Amino acid sequence: MKTLDLFTTAVANTFRSKTRTILTILAIFVGAFTLTITNGLGTGINQYIDDTVTSIGAEDVMTVTVTPDADSGFGGATSGPTEYDPEAVSSGGFGPNEGGTVVALTPELLDDLADVDGVLSVEATKSITPDWIQYGDGTQYVTSVGGLVAGQSVQLAAGEEPDATSDAFELDLPISYVEPLGFSDADAAVGETITIAITDAERTQHLVDATVVGVAEESVAAPGAGGLVVNAALTDSLYDTQNIGLPDDQLERYATASIRFDANATDADITALKDNLADAGFTGTTVADQLGTIKTVIDAIVLVLNAFAIIALLAASFGIVNTLFMSVQERTREIGLMKAMGMGGGKIFGLFSLEAVFIGFLGSAIGAGIGMLAGTAISSVLSGAVLADLPGLTLIAFDPLSITVIILVVMAIAFLAGTLPAARAAKADPVESLRYE
Amino acid sequence: MLVTMKTPIIRVKDVHKSYGRGPNRFDALKGVTFDINEGESIAIIGKSGSGKSTLMHVLALLDAPTSGSLELEGVETSTLHGKSLNQARNKTFGFVFQQFFLTANSSVLENVMLPMKIAGVKRSERKQRALAALEQLEMADKAGNKAVNLSGGQKQRSVIARALVNNPRIIFADEPTGNLDTATGAVVEDILFNLNREHGITLIVVTHDEELAARCDRRLYIRDGLLVNDTTEVAA
Repeated sequence: MKTLDLFTTAVANTFRSKTRTILTILAIFVGAFTLTITNGLGTGINQYIDDTVTSIGAEDVMTVTVTPDADSGFGGATSGPTEYDPEAVSSGGFGPNEGGTVVALTPELLDDLADVDGVLSVEATKSITPDWIQYGDGTQYVTSVGGLVAGQSVQLAAGEEPDATSDAFELDLPISYVEPLGFSDADAAVGETITIAITDAERTQHLVDATVVGVAEESVAAPGAGGLVVNAALTDSLYDTQNIGLPDDQLERYATASIRFDANATDADITALKDNLADAGFTGTTVADQLGTIKTVIDAIVLVLNAFAIIALLAASFGIVNTLFMSVQERTREIGLMKAMGMGGGKIFGLFSLEAVFIGFLGSAIGAGIGMLAGTAISSVLSGAVLADLPGLTLIAFDPLSITVIILVVMAIAFLAGTLPAARAAKADPVESLRYE
Repeated sequence: MLVTMKTPIIRVKDVHKSYGRGPNRFDALKGVTFDINEGESIAIIGKSGSGKSTLMHVLALLDAPTSGSLELEGVETSTLHGKSLNQARNKTFGFVFQQFFLTANSSVLENVMLPMKIAGVKRSERKQRALAALEQLEMADKAGNKAVNLSGGQKQRSVIARALVNNPRIIFADEPTGNLDTATGAVVEDILFNLNREHGITLIVVTHDEELAARCDRRLYIRDGLLVNDTTEVAA
């Protein structure tokens, strides 16, 4: 028998006893459906975290601050007020001492940092505090400003990211500013010019015009911490403007710096780099440090949920064994006849195990299909209600690879379940099968 | 009758077949020797338990003899294994059973195509040959019907079409008329002997029906696992 004939015959045989086949398929359906949903949950949440991670910072970027003395800063002091440190500046952004004060990074310290083993490049984080932004003659709004480190990306609602290499002043506007500033929607804002007001050290206010090139989705950890995302040219301009009139010894004081390390660094390399930084008096934090724990917990939860789905599938696989044993029993005569007509045991085995695989395929494909529909429906309902505060989060997301893997795994389980009955059919003695006296 | 000295299609030499071991040992065949020439019609006659079914199973290569030799077209069958054995079964034999063994919910056409499907014949050729075989048995109009809906005579004719479709050298008929009324049985007998006479297909009928046996060229009587009588009659 040719392979194609074997396959079509197996498929046709599957539908010979419809009720029995449908019940078996339903059992597999339950398992595959659960597996699809739980997997989708893991994919959805992890995708959200991954998006958040890339928008916070690139994988090979570490935020570095000067390690504060043990008795300085909040809660560190054992008694009495903290002594004033003229080198201390207010820290902004995503550092371990967010909101507190840290020892400023001076150009000398930045040079030290660049010398640390494993550090490829150092970029000081320029902290910019604009007064307001305005579109045309509209209302003025307070905002913050952040830049993009190479490797970071913005989740865009419209337009594109600011061009880091361009000399033009470009920025991405957070979507929450679009309507208050007077734009009808995100697309309308792209290409328009807005005005940024910034006050220098001599209390003089300067106005800088910049072009909106994109509109950023709100996200828990957007670059620029929910404010404007500006390109290098605009950052430098704003920073220089802000520092006009500042005494020389107050210039070039940074709260944090970003360092880059080898993109192929292993976990051990990163730990070594952190140790090197600690020895030099710095504290380094990667994005993974900040979000890694959350991911581990989610992975563990998804794993447990998947385990339940697998248990459901195992139960279903016994259904397959049962169905096929009945099938073999019913078709004893037919098997005997086929053997008498010269069909080999191997082909008979193939016929029945293909039938099992096909039942597994039907159950898992239907389960995965309906699981995807249900998951999409659930997450769109939830994102409009309970999860409205987490824009960009698709609670249950699906990637084709894991769906394919689910279907293949179920088919493999079905094949294993089918081997027992199939082997019995293959071993059947034609004389015994055809006896009727 | 044309008797030539060419190799017999089946040569059976001192074939024994026993089942079980020790005290449970049962000897179904206790040393049977005979030849069957191509184009002959042979009846194997015996009571139930005489060993006639075992003999047919051994001849059809469904069961291997415990000892002795069986040659098919001059080839010692104990040398056939796996694929060559399956091919010998598929190409050489056609089966007609008392109980039809049709797949009930498949069409007559599907049932008739089964041996060719096993042989790996192309789909279009399968259909064409199966329809030709059904035509030959005046069953072409029933090709699309489900086997379960046929009368006994129609079922047996479908079975004969299935036995014929691979152009076998030998047709084994095990009580071919056992489940049919006299008139239908007579029609089926005519069809089988017609095939034997006009197409030169060797016909081996296993039966306990003396009338059917009487129409064969030769009758082999089996009793208690032994060949008790081998008659070669001049065709009436």
